Amino acid sequence: MDVEILSRIQFAFTISFHYIYPPLSIGLGLCMVFMEGLYLKTKNPLYEQMTRYFTRIFALIFGIGVATGIVMEFEFGTNWATYSKYVGDVFGSALAAEGIFAFALESGFLGVLIFGWNKVSPRVHFLSTIMVTLGSMFSAIWIVVANSWQQTPAGFHIVGEGLDARAEITDFWAMVFNPSSLERISHVWIGAFLSGAFLVTSIAAWYIVKKKHLEFAKAAFTIGLFVALFSSYAQVVVGHKSAEVVAEYQPAKLAAMEGHFPENEKADMYLFGWVNKEKQTVKGLSIPGGLSFLVHYNFTAPVKGLNAFPVKDRPGNPNLVFQSYHLMIACGMLMIALTSLAAWYWKKGSLFEKTWLMKIFVWAVLLPQLANEAGWFTAETGRQPWVVYGLLRTSDALSASVKAGQVLFSLVLFALVYSLLLVLFLYLLNKKIIHGPALHADEMHSPQLEEMSDRFGEKKMP
Amino acid sequence: MATIFSLDYATLWFLVIGAVFTGYAILDGFDLGAGAIHLFLKKEESRRIAINAIGPVWDGNEVWLVIGGGALFAGFPKVYAAVFSAFYIPFMIFLVALIFRAISIEFRSKEPMAWWRKLWDWSYCLSSCVIALALGLVLGNILQGLPLDRNGNFQGDWTYFLNPYAFMVAISTLALFMMHGAIYLVMKTEKRLYTKLTILVKNTTIFFVISVLLLSFYTLLYREHLTERIKANTWMFIIPVLMVLAVANITRSISQQRYRQAFFSSAVVISLLLVIVAVELYPNMVISTLDPAYSLTVANASSSEKSLGYMLVFAGIGVPLVAVYTSFVFWTFKGKVKLDEMSY
Repeated sequence: MDVEILSRIQFAFTISFHYIYPPLSIGLGLCMVFMEGLYLKTKNPLYEQMTRYFTRIFALIFGIGVATGIVMEFEFGTNWATYSKYVGDVFGSALAAEGIFAFALESGFLGVLIFGWNKVSPRVHFLSTIMVTLGSMFSAIWIVVANSWQQTPAGFHIVGEGLDARAEITDFWAMVFNPSSLERISHVWIGAFLSGAFLVTSIAAWYIVKKKHLEFAKAAFTIGLFVALFSSYAQVVVGHKSAEVVAEYQPAKLAAMEGHFPENEKADMYLFGWVNKEKQTVKGLSIPGGLSFLVHYNFTAPVKGLNAFPVKDRPGNPNLVFQSYHLMIACGMLMIALTSLAAWYWKKGSLFEKTWLMKIFVWAVLLPQLANEAGWFTAETGRQPWVVYGLLRTSDALSASVKAGQVLFSLVLFALVYSLLLVLFLYLLNKKIIHGPALHADEMHSPQLEEMSDRFGEKKMP
Repeated sequence: MATIFSLDYATLWFLVIGAVFTGYAILDGFDLGAGAIHLFLKKEESRRIAINAIGPVWDGNEVWLVIGGGALFAGFPKVYAAVFSAFYIPFMIFLVALIFRAISIEFRSKEPMAWWRKLWDWSYCLSSCVIALALGLVLGNILQGLPLDRNGNFQGDWTYFLNPYAFMVAISTLALFMMHGAIYLVMKTEKRLYTKLTILVKNTTIFFVISVLLLSFYTLLYREHLTERIKANTWMFIIPVLMVLAVANITRSISQQRYRQAFFSSAVVISLLLVIVAVELYPNMVISTLDPAYSLTVANASSSEKSLGYMLVFAGIGVPLVAVYTSFVFWTFKGKVKLDEMSY
């Protein structure tokens, strides 16, 4: 395999793995803000216990998120040196802003969030929880801004020619608010809320199924459910906006998303299907004219198909774009169905007796993960063959001095390390879940029992 | 190019990046160093105290690496591209070590078994050493210059980074961080562990002094281009003199139990070492060993004036903000380490 394909696999692999964790941190952080806020408002120790419990899980997720995130930053320089030179002037400032305005905030206050319970007042602790969550949301802003600039470049001009060509910033705010930033940030944020909320409901549902820590579990499930319910509906609106932006600025990606080939005809919208690139057909179930309606609010309006673009400017694997896009949508629909159903039973007061639904919620934690990864794959594979849309090709963005053997070495290394990391993460997460919240709520008042929890609640070796 | 205090934006940004990396070396330096001497602490309780001494802050310290990397990417993309792709293998090993270190700290306390904890102790210590060595190795190579062609592309092969001078810089970096970390831990501990650490401070200081002396002699004899500026400006000899004084002050303040002063002194040592690096490199950032005309300089490798201008504004707003809440976090966790239920 050549350097290009190896580097692409490495980037896709490392970023997909990384992208499990930051959305979880953002979403879980938001749920923790609600939990701790409820604690401060009601003084009910149940919510304190809940916040503490999820803080431990948060710390585990955050740690892996940071460790795998630094890899991404470095890979721009190690594997994509030409890209770095090309975009540094523009993209670099967004990345630097992320470091100083967001990442520093979350990492700084993380110490207080995890270790500060007995060091600062409850209000200051709550403030730290908010700061960590805000920091992680700001992080998402800058990273998505940088990525959106690659999708819909704005606020720059090109200086130099050939090998020396590079983008130079002309208008910072035009770069930040490039045509797809706002839609994509909100889409990513809500995806993150879903990740965290479904983690909370999954853990709580498991306790309910096992009939353990019931009071704790029901309260946590309710918080998670409402974040998830709101987010899954909001995602429909925001996702639709995102698709409209793709239609306007990246028509080749949109065509690949629905496997639409004809140059300029009305386009269908598929519920599912399989794209045959050679025969230029899609086999599956479709709403005739659905894509036309999505773009133009008219079932017969023509939409540019893949054939409207030269072969060298089209995504090389439209079926991959199609499948990831449809997987994302399917997961989204399932999330809406699940949260609506749960909310309905909740209103009737019978939610927690529906063991079958609780069992589904235990596994539903995978839905937002799949949706996020699939959405990311749609965005990135749909952008091909460009790394900066319409300006710099992926094949031109590589490091000139790096050989295939080196990339293969690092790829194997990351595959091994990340597999180990995933196994350890799941093992420790599972253990924390089985172990459960430290104490029963009404025992939290007693200082004696609190001391006992020091000794027995948390297994620490002497 | 526009100027502030008669310094152009590119030079200013060079100074900002230098300051950020100095901040990184001082902050992450002590927790990396604490990791590097971890195995010298024998008892389980000592090890837990040592890990919890850096527990609330190490993550925040590492942020400076991310900021420094981002700042270099943004301010000097050509340098970022050249250096990172030239040292592909050491950077990959560095990244893997960063991952192992993060998970060692996080995972160690999660299981009570002795073998589990021992495993992560080793992983924590080794990865801390590897990170320090890799940073030193890259710095050592940058100091010597790299075979860059006219497009700033590295022309050496992948084993290029393995050379004696770079190894000497790497060892000195490790020694420096070990000393710095030992001093930090002294500040955070009491009783027998404290006594044990005062001995470690002494030994690591000796290790540092020996390695830095060897490095200096080697530089004076064989890497003369790195001493030209100081030789040409006699007043600059004040830098090494100050360094000697700072090192001497470390031992003195430890014996007087003035740990903060000792810690401050070793931070001064780190800063002065990086000042020497900056003074000798400037206006170059990476010297090309193929042709001096291909060297990447502050002027020819920098981003546009507009981009640098924006980022100077960010730095102006962001750095004080970060300083405020970093101080708040350090202040919250001031004093000797006490283990509690949330500890690692």
